[in-house]
Amino acid sequence: MLRKISLRKMPLGKIARRLGAIAALVLLGGLLSATLVRLAPGFDADERELDPSLNAESVRALRQSRAGEHNILSFYAGYLRGAIRGDLGTSHALGQPVRDLLRERWPVTARVAGIGLLLAWLLASTLAFTACLWRRPAYEILGTTVSGAFLCIPAAVLALLSVILNAPGYLAIALIVFPKIYRYSRNLLAKAYALPHITAARARGLGEVRILARHVLPVAGPQMIALAGITVSIALGASIPVEALCGLPGIGQLAWQAALSRDLPLLVNLTVLVTLVTLLANSGADVMNYMLRPREA
Amino acid sequence: MSDRMNMTGRRAFLRLLLCFALLFLTLTSGSAFSQSGGELRFCLRSEPKTFDPLLVDDDSSLSIRYLTGGVLVRVNRHTQELEPELAESWKVSNDGKQITFKLRRGITFSDGSPFSSEDVAFTMQRLMDPALHSSTGDAFRSGSGAVTTKIIAPDQISITFPAPIAGLDRLFDQVAIMSAHSPNPKKEAAVLGPFMVAEYKAGSSVLLRRNPNYWKKDSQGRRLPYLDSIRLDVQSNRDVEMLRFKRGELDLINVIDSDYFDRLAASSPQLAHDAGASLDSDFMWFNQVPSAPIPEYKRAWFRSTSFRRAISQAINRDDLSRVVFNGHAQPAVGPVSPANKFWFNNKLKAEPYRPNAALQRLQADGFHLQNGTLFDKAGNAVEFSIVTNAGSKPRERMAVMVQEDLGKLGIKVNVVTLDFPSLIERISQKFNYEAAMLGFRNVDLDPNGQMNIWLSSAENHAWNPQQKSPETAWEAEIDRLMRAQASTADPKKRKESFDRVQEIVADQAPFIYLVNQNALSAVSSAVEGANPGILSPQTFWNAERMTLNASTRASR
Amino acid sequence: MNAARKLACVVVLALCAASLAANWLAPAGYARQFREAPSAPPSRQHLLGTDEVGRDRFARVLYGTRISLLLAPAAALLSTVLAALVGGLAGYLGGIWLRLARGFTDLFLSLPWLFLLIAVRALLPLNVSPLVSVLITFLILGLLGWAASARVLSTSADALRNSDFLLQARASGLHGTRLFLVHVLPNLKPVLYAQFWISIPVFILAEANLGILGLGVAEPLPSWGSLLRELEGLISFREEPWRLVPLLLLIVVMTSFQLLLSNEEVTV
Repeated sequence: MLRKISLRKMPLGKIARRLGAIAALVLLGGLLSATLVRLAPGFDADERELDPSLNAESVRALRQSRAGEHNILSFYAGYLRGAIRGDLGTSHALGQPVRDLLRERWPVTARVAGIGLLLAWLLASTLAFTACLWRRPAYEILGTTVSGAFLCIPAAVLALLSVILNAPGYLAIALIVFPKIYRYSRNLLAKAYALPHITAARARGLGEVRILARHVLPVAGPQMIALAGITVSIALGASIPVEALCGLPGIGQLAWQAALSRDLPLLVNLTVLVTLVTLLANSGADVMNYMLRPREA
Repeated sequence: MSDRMNMTGRRAFLRLLLCFALLFLTLTSGSAFSQSGGELRFCLRSEPKTFDPLLVDDDSSLSIRYLTGGVLVRVNRHTQELEPELAESWKVSNDGKQITFKLRRGITFSDGSPFSSEDVAFTMQRLMDPALHSSTGDAFRSGSGAVTTKIIAPDQISITFPAPIAGLDRLFDQVAIMSAHSPNPKKEAAVLGPFMVAEYKAGSSVLLRRNPNYWKKDSQGRRLPYLDSIRLDVQSNRDVEMLRFKRGELDLINVIDSDYFDRLAASSPQLAHDAGASLDSDFMWFNQVPSAPIPEYKRAWFRSTSFRRAISQAINRDDLSRVVFNGHAQPAVGPVSPANKFWFNNKLKAEPYRPNAALQRLQADGFHLQNGTLFDKAGNAVEFSIVTNAGSKPRERMAVMVQEDLGKLGIKVNVVTLDFPSLIERISQKFNYEAAMLGFRNVDLDPNGQMNIWLSSAENHAWNPQQKSPETAWEAEIDRLMRAQASTADPKKRKESFDRVQEIVADQAPFIYLVNQNALSAVSSAVEGANPGILSPQTFWNAERMTLNASTRASR
Repeated sequence: MNAARKLACVVVLALCAASLAANWLAPAGYARQFREAPSAPPSRQHLLGTDEVGRDRFARVLYGTRISLLLAPAAALLSTVLAALVGGLAGYLGGIWLRLARGFTDLFLSLPWLFLLIAVRALLPLNVSPLVSVLITFLILGLLGWAASARVLSTSADALRNSDFLLQARASGLHGTRLFLVHVLPNLKPVLYAQFWISIPVFILAEANLGILGLGVAEPLPSWGSLLRELEGLISFREEPWRLVPLLLLIVVMTSFQLLLSNEEVTV
């Protein structure tokens, strides 16, 4: 009989505090990223400066065009004021309001990265549980080799491979992310298996599946949930080369464009978005672990 | 009763037959005009920055402007001659300050507004607005003062400039006429070219559709363009572009790297086109800015002409052409490529590879070789860095080969690849670099467009920009010659002056020219009528006459 | 498992020996350009062919091994130690420290570090020696790569903090640093090992990508990362399968290392 999983309730005050912390961190993240972009060399440089057909005034005007972004604090304050009204700024590189760009593109990334992540977990779990349930060294070596192989292939190459084979973009993301999931989860499960009461349970004649469900997963579970939280940000990171090469019009492609052209409004918004998603995913994992933890006696 | 039914049945049957016949005729009517329809597909290497034809500066926007903009005169990309386009005829005044156009009549914009000299006046006034900063406009700003337009008749207009402009008529190849009377608030939506922008997905693709009001007709009187639409995908990765071309998803690759060219030529030679030497050149130069944050002794090397000439002689340009470009390049002579038939000074030859002569030149200057390392007079080991932009594999390979060549002379070269903005900051703002290697994409045949490179007071005088007064005698001489060629309209006199500039550059080597790449392109068998050349846009300069073959059209 | 481990041992030793003996095995050197034979297929003089400028690929693999397989594990170790310190310590201390560390880690994961790297390149002199450049690159990679696993570690350490056996250890008189080092850290080993093994190929590949910014190994020095980047010209694979050899070698080496150093606790 399955043990009843009793969920611990999270008090409202704690939830409110957590949301407040997320909001504060998101704002801080935006400011820090704006500072990083501003301080990196080449902020004022535009490749049109190298065009000999522009005369001196035009080049000067070009260099002045970013003058409004020189003072990071005032830029950020202006950005926040606009954000409250719903205006997220305009992208320099693409000449369009950032809000429209994000609105068009986030469903693509959500779909590709989301499905890719699910597939990666499926792949990694299959390999990890196979090695757990059928405890043969061959499965172990297979798992290590396969995941190691995909870890060693550059993300760009995997993306190109998926273009060549006409495979969907989420497959490339899955192949990029799954080796990391596999390695972590395999180690966590192995550690849980090494606990003394597992041998005792085996001696008692408990089947492998029951041992896995009742004794191993509850131990390794919280950490796997935390792992699930960070794999969201790993998947987002992987979506940048995959979208750029597979021609998927998502956030990753936007991020690549923005980074190349030092597009400050776009970069700040993208960082805020990524920070928000990362924080939500990780906090979600924390909350889940909090709720699943047995109540202290 | 059955008779009646038979009658109705037969009538119905006849009607059905008629329907089918009409349907059949409509579907196959395409084949009656065997050259119409279809969507051409190729890639843009970067996001187009603007759709306003007067602000266009980057490659992708240029391509879109070429396909959508109507110009008064057009440089035929094949013969390099100026041809009438929207203007039937034109005349440049003797002093080079005024140009008069006689326009074609009965032409309308894509949104139906009529084309007349008012639109030309409107476009010129907008172009000459001092707040507008674009390369197209700046080309006309020869001197301070207003540009006046005089509408002589609805089909005649004259434009007067404050100072003479060399090659005035050819400059109008870049000016796409905008509509003065278009009801659309976005003035650039109304176009005179063969295609118009139908859809734009930022960061992804641009769709151009046939302009139903395009004025040009073919020899049989059929309205051009033949194509229905053109799809341009934004794709900066060349591997992916090549892949899609091979799969038949793309119809042409405008500029293709030599590796891909050879692979394509090996499998399908008829698709790969090598049009010969292009106008582009790759070169390197040394930082001669007096206030640059580099050690004084290095600045002394870089400012010495014999040092630069020695470096130039120590580089094996034949190897560069052969290894990096698989023979699809030639050693470069100077700022003008031999493909520019009129302006090239054909008395000059590329610097031959003579490492021993190079070493002797250096030794005459006090350098000496010791244990495989070159030292200068003061005992400093000769070591410098070459910065170049990342993302160009041929350039990175050239830098590595130059590193090896100079290593044979005992010179230690460090190759530093940087992202473009950092590179630009170093070479044009902070000047904290020692040597740089870049390429120059020449779109214009006329050297007047390079004024800002050769004038010592100008921004793009790469090795030492914005000098208050020329710091060397030869730079002063180049200043004088460039001004001379700009102030006369006589082609022979202009050529004399510019030939002399090329000679001085060859002697003094402020730029060390490496190679002129060939214009390589790929055109699939689905396309008919393509005639790839060396002037940009290489493959689709005659897009209005290009067509797709029947089987391709049917399958799309 | 023993047979596999013996094989892994042999492979690793063979590679180490080969890379140390690179001078004899590949006398051509990694920089010499055989310009008459660029992109050549394997032959007796060039066991793995030559690259696009005619350099012997076999020599480049051997010399690249020295750099990448020495520095990448060092950087991975650095990032693992940092992850243990930030994540493990925070989880162990609990309370406000845990919350702060988690917030800090999440923020760290989301920032665009690309620009920091560009700034670092600008601060370095242009003529920095290739060795210094690669050392700095791997140092930065180590300093930036700890965040993801620190998050998981904080959860692990947090769970440990409230566990029975730690209460017992505390009751028996162990406190503070000793408690952390002796009882908490060893229990974090699964995640730490995972972090270490994943980081090595990730850093090797990242070093090559940093070449775009001017960091990473400077020409003509080879690195595994730059050899693997050759794979990006994938289209020619069928004609040039020998280009896959560096990738296969890396996979074999990584697997061998993991088999060698795995034990009961880390893998079954």
